[in-house]
Amino acid sequence: MAALYESYTLCALADTGPEGTRAIEPDRDRDRVVITESGRAVTVYKVSDQKPLGSWTVKQGQCITSPAVYNPPTKEYVVVTDEKVVRVWKDEDISIEKAFKATVSAEVYRLHSVPDREPLVLFRHGAVRFLDSLLAAPQQTIEEVLSEEEVIRWSAAVQMEQQLVLLFSTEQRGQHCLYVQRFSPNALVKHRLETDSTNSTPLSYAATYRDGNIHLLYLFSSGSVYESVLQARPTVPAVSGTVQALPRSLLLKLPVGEGELTAASALPVDESHIAVVGVPHPLAGAGKDYLCLWNTHFQTLQAARELAGKIYGQLWCFSGKLFVPHGKILSVIPFECQKSSLAAAMGKLKQTSGTNESSGPTLVPTWNALLHSNQTQTQENSRGAGTKKSKMSTRNQSSCPTAEQLAEKIKVGSEKEVQKQVEEFLHGSQPEELQLTAGRLASALVMRCQADPTFYPQAAFTQLVQTNYLCHSGCPDLLVLTLEKNDFRLCQLCLQLFQDIPEAVTCCCLKTILSFQDSELEQVDLEDGLLFMKALTQTAEVSDDGDSGQHNGFCPPVLEEEICDAPPDSEAPGTRPAREPLALDMSCPVGLHKGALLNEVLQVPYSDSLLLPHLKDLNVPQVLLFLQYLRFLYLKYSQDAHSRIPALRKPTVTQIMDWVCLLLDAHFTVLALTPEAKSLLTSLHKFVRSQVKLYSELGKIEGSLEALKKSKQSREIGQYSIEVIELF
Amino acid sequence: MGEFNVHRVRFFDYMPSAIRALAFQPQRERIAVARTDGTVEIFNRADCFFQEKVIPGRQQAATEALAWVGDRLFSAGLNGEIIEYDLDNNKTKYTIDAYGGPIWSITSNKQGTHLAVGCEDGTVKLFEVHEDRIQFERNLAKQKGRIISLSWHPSGSKIVAGMMDVIHIFDTETGKLRALAFPSYDLLGTSRSQECVVWSVVYLSDGTIISGDSAGKVKMWDSRTGTLIKSHQVTKWDVLTLSVSQDETSLAVGTSEGHVVQFQFLSMVLGQEDKEWVRTRTFKNHTHDVRAVLEVNTAIVSGGMDTQFVVRPLLDKIDERGQASALRNIQFPHRRLVSCARKAGLLLFQYPGHLELWRLGESEGNGERKRENTTLSIKRKRWIAYSTVASFRLYRLHCENNNVSIIKVSKLPKVLSSANQICFSSDSSHLFVASTCSSVHVAILNQSGCKFVCTLKPKSGSGQAINLLAASEDGKWLASANSDHEVQIYNLNKMKPHCTVPVHSSGVSAMAIHPTTNNLFMVHADQQLTEYSVEKKQYTDWSRQVQRHGLHSLWLERDTPVTNVTFNPKNPAHIVLHDMYMFCIIDQTLPLPDQRSQFYNQLTLRSMPEKERKKHSHAFKMCKIFKELLFVELMEDQSLVVVERPLMDITAQLPAPVRQKKFAT
Repeated sequence: MAALYESYTLCALADTGPEGTRAIEPDRDRDRVVITESGRAVTVYKVSDQKPLGSWTVKQGQCITSPAVYNPPTKEYVVVTDEKVVRVWKDEDISIEKAFKATVSAEVYRLHSVPDREPLVLFRHGAVRFLDSLLAAPQQTIEEVLSEEEVIRWSAAVQMEQQLVLLFSTEQRGQHCLYVQRFSPNALVKHRLETDSTNSTPLSYAATYRDGNIHLLYLFSSGSVYESVLQARPTVPAVSGTVQALPRSLLLKLPVGEGELTAASALPVDESHIAVVGVPHPLAGAGKDYLCLWNTHFQTLQAARELAGKIYGQLWCFSGKLFVPHGKILSVIPFECQKSSLAAAMGKLKQTSGTNESSGPTLVPTWNALLHSNQTQTQENSRGAGTKKSKMSTRNQSSCPTAEQLAEKIKVGSEKEVQKQVEEFLHGSQPEELQLTAGRLASALVMRCQADPTFYPQAAFTQLVQTNYLCHSGCPDLLVLTLEKNDFRLCQLCLQLFQDIPEAVTCCCLKTILSFQDSELEQVDLEDGLLFMKALTQTAEVSDDGDSGQHNGFCPPVLEEEICDAPPDSEAPGTRPAREPLALDMSCPVGLHKGALLNEVLQVPYSDSLLLPHLKDLNVPQVLLFLQYLRFLYLKYSQDAHSRIPALRKPTVTQIMDWVCLLLDAHFTVLALTPEAKSLLTSLHKFVRSQVKLYSELGKIEGSLEALKKSKQSREIGQYSIEVIELF
Repeated sequence: MGEFNVHRVRFFDYMPSAIRALAFQPQRERIAVARTDGTVEIFNRADCFFQEKVIPGRQQAATEALAWVGDRLFSAGLNGEIIEYDLDNNKTKYTIDAYGGPIWSITSNKQGTHLAVGCEDGTVKLFEVHEDRIQFERNLAKQKGRIISLSWHPSGSKIVAGMMDVIHIFDTETGKLRALAFPSYDLLGTSRSQECVVWSVVYLSDGTIISGDSAGKVKMWDSRTGTLIKSHQVTKWDVLTLSVSQDETSLAVGTSEGHVVQFQFLSMVLGQEDKEWVRTRTFKNHTHDVRAVLEVNTAIVSGGMDTQFVVRPLLDKIDERGQASALRNIQFPHRRLVSCARKAGLLLFQYPGHLELWRLGESEGNGERKRENTTLSIKRKRWIAYSTVASFRLYRLHCENNNVSIIKVSKLPKVLSSANQICFSSDSSHLFVASTCSSVHVAILNQSGCKFVCTLKPKSGSGQAINLLAASEDGKWLASANSDHEVQIYNLNKMKPHCTVPVHSSGVSAMAIHPTTNNLFMVHADQQLTEYSVEKKQYTDWSRQVQRHGLHSLWLERDTPVTNVTFNPKNPAHIVLHDMYMFCIIDQTLPLPDQRSQFYNQLTLRSMPEKERKKHSHAFKMCKIFKELLFVELMEDQSLVVVERPLMDITAQLPAPVRQKKFAT
């Protein structure tokens, strides 16, 4: 996370226009800066004390044309007045006038101070000299590198480990170029800077040296921030005559609001953060008086500060502090950029996303918008230069609708049309695209369905769900819609395929399914789930017919007294002889279809504490029915019926038991007070008790078997024995 | 290969003693281990933690602490004496009394100029380290109560002492308490009634003092202000020992529960400078008190009451899986404690204070007890020789039917005063005694007694003690290996050095000269096998083939060294080796196992029909039926003697641990 701290005013500014040669340069130590302003004055400030240490002005009529710089090797300040006069003075000099001056033969564009080296002098027509060599012979002829119309817009010196590089950009009739001047051996390389759209111009540049490369960052008036990486080592010299365009990458697209940026500046403050001034805050409308810190990795706004007064689009950064002139003051804003983590970035994203939707153009990027813009971008690309034919565009040609078009169509088209279109779309698109668009399409369809009660393209939904790329959070209303439309086939599919159904919705499904009449469900085709239910009930019949459960003379522990005090089960059709206590009521309490659907519900992932409150919504008959069904399943399972049924999806015993527990937890008092529940609960209890008894017996057996196993293993070896071994 | 009668012997009640102190010498990567019986062992970290040296000591010394000063090793104990060890000859160099009562701790400063000892009478005594001695310099301000633990500040100007309830800082220049900056303070945040013992302190270069105390807490203090920075409750019992890594980023804590807890100096926020000591890992490798821990670069070494020497690698500091990344647990010494008369079927067990002689074959054993310790050897049912730190003894053994009697040989040559290793020639005519400076004394044995012949000295002039001797069957050759990894071969006919085996990077853990071919078979601590032809003065073809082919990875992954090599008298191609967990017969006629082939193939071979076995068998016949082996030897009559010492039996003899393991915890 990055943060801007409390700002303070360093000094007041004379109100010159933005064209004034206002500049801030580092001084001898980290806490001092040299400020040149209003064309006449040079002041040295101690930043932490906010006070000036020294100030020098030039005489009336003269004008500083290149900001003063500090020359570390000689501990002198250097300034250029009236474009040709170089003046050098020391800290203790009181007046510039009395200091050393030299008149050079060509117009100086700018001085650049370089740590531990002589300052560089860049002439208006592109020539470069070191200051000491220039002052040795001030009247030496200066060559002209640039043509007459080419104007330098920006320049910077970058000190690398060994090497020094001077970068400057020029403009000539709307064409922008970047020159890279290297020293020893001297080499000048020219690159063309592409503009990003027709009439945007680069507003600010910044060059930093990082990891062996020079990173050039430039901001266009359209709000795009590009980064170009220049190799520190000179690459193969470009073929003369052709000027290569500088390869670049879009780092960030800043929101510009209406119109274009006029005075703005972007400055990298560390690897992943840039400071931007003069660009509107994404949430605060069109006002541009903001200083913002953006994270370029995650494209998130990390911190912002509104600045009072006019913004000049100038920004400097020295030793962890940003220097911004605005209105009539120069503010110093300390900042901090921590290593950004995805979590931090996402956290910030969440805060702003609420208002994001409504504020028109995409400001803070969201997944949706990212995908969207990507798509349009690729389309533009393919339409424009025709360099790359994306898959999207090839599909365009084969008259297959794009997701956009389809979404539009969904809003108006008739059910049949839509169905057809969706089918075509699904058929024609790549899996990656589907992953991104399935949710959008489904949401669009659901919205249409909600708006228009007669519209329900069941087949389209089914196809979408079956792509496996849909999830509940992708289109939250789909499952509810299926319930509204009583489309249980689709509901079953959703329950099977969605992994992220909220507990509330699960409960809602459960409620709807339970309250439905069996007869109404019988028409629904539930495929596999139904087969399982059929098999389950059939095995029940088989085991009811004969006593196949009692091989080997097995006789279950007879719980006579319990049989006696259990009231005769009203639902049990054929009452069995009392000596067969485990053959409890084995008929399925619900229809096969309902059972199959309930099975799906049982297998939906959930967490107990979230499910429990929603379970309370069920009414007593529903609870009883569900509990009966669960008991039925449990009895069946305990007879080992399920393992004999081949089925892809079937609830496990644990799932069943968990649901029983949850249901009892949720409705304990209700069940205790409901007379109808009593018989059900007693029979359940009885069965559970017999099971517990069985398992405790098994535990005992395990203990003795274990002991047997151990006794065999640890053969007692005495102090001395003679054995025979055989080696092979 | 065939069937073997195995004498499975479990009546050697070998009982290792508890580890009391550890000290690490980073330059030469040696770890010194002090045990409660007074012995000091030197392990070589770089050489698979091979136990290079064992320096016997007296139990009365009650060694409490060890300290390295450069290459020199000092110990101090509750008898109030400081001992310097002669690491070349594996003995005590000298002993001086500190005159301060029992000594609880000894540490050297980083500069190697001074030793500080903490005494019972409440003084910290500084000793200046001279080239050959140490000399008392001064007492630091005397305190009430014993000085339990000490630690120098890396600058050497300050020293911190842990006492009962109190930690003091002394200025070593003035000898005074740093009263101004660091008042004595109360350690107890708990009940006043209980005394709190500061078992261990560490003084870091940034001025932090870390203490471990009997209340189970590890506390970080700021030495400038004397304030508590952080307290960690590590255990319900005592924190006994602390050890900080060389770079002061990691701290190992030993507790009396048997746990070793690691703390690391980490920044709480990623990328930020502020660091804190954070409890990171807990290792539970001990059942009893951990009396000593060491942070050794990539591993935590610990030892304690359960006598085990545990090397727990820190996997975050190790890049690849291999020897260094495996947990190592050293329980048995890396040398033989059993000696065997192959024809007579007699076994001699070496205990710290006595010897036991047993005869095989019958169910009854005969015990002979002597109250001394160190090295021994018997041969051919006629002689027993042993040596203690102070003296050398030779006995003649008479063994008729069930009557065993021993007669002491009274007149011995004076030169045989003490020995590192003893060895008889195979016909019992000669006795070889390894003495100081790699020299070997040779004496002739006959009916009348023992006569000194000459002393064999190596050409290299190495000063290291010999740790292995091997004489050839024909009486012509003698091989000696010392702890510099040098193996010297002497010609006994000429009584002169014959040749030197090329030095291998790893020490020799076992060697023997083949009775028929006179090849010297050596096994190194890094599990390499070499065979050197004495007569040709070169490695044998088989040895070269092994080097070329490489040993199977499963062989190299074993973590205990081979401690005995013997040969099959019936089949010269068979070599019997053993380590703690297996014994193995190497058949030199069979092909070496491939890297892909099954190494432990005995069960597979067993299930195969006879004809196919040949096709699948390889040179290494591994047998893992017997575990925790101290000794394996093939007797003259082709029967195997296997001496086992089950670890369960050792554990059973240990005192009860503080923490009894409860059911299902």
